[in-house]
Amino acid sequence: WILFQVHCHLIFLFFSASSQINFVLLISRQGKVRLTKWYSPYTQKERTKVIRELSGLILTRGPKLCNFVEWRGYKVVYRRYASLYFCMCIDADDNELEVLEIIHHFVEILDRYFGSVCELDLIFNFHKAYYVLDEILISGELQESSKKNVARLIAAQDSLVEAAKEEAGSISNIIAQATK
Amino acid sequence: MARDLAPEVERLLQTRDPNTKKKAALCSIRIVRKVPDLAENFMGSAASLLKEKHHGVLISVVQLCTELCKASREALEYLRKHSVEGLVRILRDVSNSSYAPEYDIAGITDPFLHIRVLRLMRTLGQGDADCSEHVNDILAQVATKTESNKNAGNAILYECVETIMGIEATSGLRVLAINILGRFLSNRDNNIRYVALNMLMKAMAVDTLAVQRHRVTILECVKDADVSIRKRALELVYLLVNDTNVKPLTKELVDYLEVSDDDFKEDLTAKICSIVEKFSQDKLWYLDQMFKVLTLTGNFVKDDVWHALIVLISNAPELQGYSVRSLYKALQASGTQESLVRVAVWCIGEYGEMLVNNISMLDVEEPITVTESDAVDALELALKRYSVDVTTRAMCLVALLKLSSRFPQTSKRIQAIVVQNKGNTVLELQQRSIEFNSIIQRHQSIKSSLLERMPVLDEASYLLKRAASSQATVSLTKSAPSAASGGSLKVPNGAVKPPPAPLADLLDLSSDDAPVTTSAPSTAPNDFLQDLLGIGLIDTSTAGGAPSASTDILMDLLSIGSYPVQNGLPATSNIGSPGQVTKHAPGTPQVIDLLDGLSPSTPLPDVNAAYPSITAFQSATLKMTFNFKKQPGKPQETTMHASFTNLTSVTLTNFMFQAAVPKFIQLRLDPASSSTLPASGNGSITQSLSVTNNQHGQKPLAMRIRISYKVNGEDRLEQGQISNFPAGL
Repeated sequence: WILFQVHCHLIFLFFSASSQINFVLLISRQGKVRLTKWYSPYTQKERTKVIRELSGLILTRGPKLCNFVEWRGYKVVYRRYASLYFCMCIDADDNELEVLEIIHHFVEILDRYFGSVCELDLIFNFHKAYYVLDEILISGELQESSKKNVARLIAAQDSLVEAAKEEAGSISNIIAQATK
Repeated sequence: MARDLAPEVERLLQTRDPNTKKKAALCSIRIVRKVPDLAENFMGSAASLLKEKHHGVLISVVQLCTELCKASREALEYLRKHSVEGLVRILRDVSNSSYAPEYDIAGITDPFLHIRVLRLMRTLGQGDADCSEHVNDILAQVATKTESNKNAGNAILYECVETIMGIEATSGLRVLAINILGRFLSNRDNNIRYVALNMLMKAMAVDTLAVQRHRVTILECVKDADVSIRKRALELVYLLVNDTNVKPLTKELVDYLEVSDDDFKEDLTAKICSIVEKFSQDKLWYLDQMFKVLTLTGNFVKDDVWHALIVLISNAPELQGYSVRSLYKALQASGTQESLVRVAVWCIGEYGEMLVNNISMLDVEEPITVTESDAVDALELALKRYSVDVTTRAMCLVALLKLSSRFPQTSKRIQAIVVQNKGNTVLELQQRSIEFNSIIQRHQSIKSSLLERMPVLDEASYLLKRAASSQATVSLTKSAPSAASGGSLKVPNGAVKPPPAPLADLLDLSSDDAPVTTSAPSTAPNDFLQDLLGIGLIDTSTAGGAPSASTDILMDLLSIGSYPVQNGLPATSNIGSPGQVTKHAPGTPQVIDLLDGLSPSTPLPDVNAAYPSITAFQSATLKMTFNFKKQPGKPQETTMHASFTNLTSVTLTNFMFQAAVPKFIQLRLDPASSSTLPASGNGSITQSLSVTNNQHGQKPLAMRIRISYKVNGEDRLEQGQISNFPAGL
């Protein structure tokens, strides 16, 4: 186990050179982290380090500059939506313009789901934001390019949650009744 | 875990639910990545799934196929055979399809699918002419039809260009691709330009001429406000440089160097230096460019760069006058850049008379009037005002010393300047100051020969060495007399530290010389330094003549009898300049030669038969004998007892004995029995030492000694070398 951890540390940022996204970060303008999703093994310490470095790098960039930064041999594609920076890290030889599209895809789906999404929505419903992200990207790869499909799947999940809640609610009712 | 789950995942790939299928496909990617052997299992299902209609599944499956191709050759072949047509069909359908609200992004149906398919085509078509032929048409169609006013369109075009560059495309297609890139390059959107620069680097491999056409635009990008673009553009420019365009390009870059901001300066400087070095057919041009760079951003210039510059200057006698004059002018203009100050100071010291007398002027130069005192002024300024760095100040001191020989009238003034550093807290400067002062003061006669022009630094071997060792130069440099062991080995109290780093430190006393490398393992210097103290000193005289073998030079320097300078002159090394020792004519005998008294007498027979004791040292006042003892089983170690006898009729007080040994020997000195030596042999001081010879059997023992004492209230110092150790120690 220790060996595995050491190995992880040694292979920090060793990814296979394929077109996958390495991690996704959502950072507010003040540097607060709203969402992180890691598609490769990172230790906790590494994660904080990455976040700190990238926050410094990205938040200080001017508005007119291009949306790509080179960092440690990787590229980080970012875009600012209102008060949030959406960042995705890719390998040096991936298609950056496509990743910009993926970011936009994600934001549009969030928008449809929450209805005019704002940062507050993501703060209070971060678990749902993660569900949405998981329906779009798996292990750093895009899995669904249709917004309708994603919306449908999330809606299905939500209804399952509702049903489960109701059931739980009704069982407790029964028990309450029975033991009255 | 991957192996265990693989069959399960395979099964799931075949379910009916597209949702599960796509997730299973992506899961398979991870499995295949972890265990490439399993690629063959997924081949078949992946190929058949390409017929799906559901876009989500398609995207995932295409990804899976790409991964399979990377993982296994077999899979690659299989997919090439079976899926190329399918892919072409998919791409054609999605490209031609009418408006589909579900997948539409900015007017293009499912750009993600476009891009993935294009990428898979690239993997399949790489190196395979057949496959490339199949996809030619559809690539052309996509490249021409896609609109590029929105990011989605541009993303597709980008991928398309990458694919064209990657496969065996027809030339028509390639031209198409380069045109697209050209359009990207002049787009106002920063993202697009960034992407274009990136692509152009890869296009260099394919079609250099086309990229050259865009040189001007690329140069503009080097000056862009955006850091990412600047970096890419600079790398691209570096690739673009060839013999024809190197001069205008360099001029542009150097001009930009002036206005660029600091974090970019370092990169830019490094690139300019390497360009200039690579393409320097014309020495004069090289020197000019380097001087400019040094003036502008000398602080960012790496050490090996300016070392190389010095090597070049020393190898180009016709340009030395020009160099020293230009550097002098540059120094006058601004002395803030450390490297500039160092190079300038070195040149002024070395070629001072050229500066003053306007020797070997080139046509383009205007004569400048520099008097001797101006030159000294410049050096003084550099010493006091400009430089904070110890290395630079040390170089200034050396240069001043050289000038005191070249410009005899300024000698007094130079001495006054040098003396000011006598009490400097930095040991290096203090030592140099004291020793140079002593040279100027007392050794007028040998000074000029000491300070003659350095012999030409061997450029070829320097470059070789430099290429061999990733570090900078081996600094085995010696300009003026390198009295080696003098400084570095003798430490008070007789305790001797074997010099840690190899050879370099033996002769180079620079304390902060970063490039003093421990890494450069060139053997030649090894030899000549080891012989420094090795027995078998050959007293070859080097009257005049070029340094034939460096070994001889150094030997001569230190061999008894022809070593005129006392007090152990340090290695006044010109830091960082590799080279050989200056030829050093044997000095005049009038100089106080404390070693005159040395007369190693024949070893006396001894009770300890194996190793007879010897009279190690004898002078008018003292006699020192050594007795040896070796322990059986430890042939490398020897214990010696030194005993000192006073041959005069006056008592000697404050008696102190010090010893120095070559690198391969370790020495430990025990405290002496007393520090007062009674007169006329009425008593003696004994001291024991133990010596370990790491090269026992190969090299004999050698030792230099120094004895200091007080007689009638005055201090005396005696030095000698013991070379009559019995063999086998």
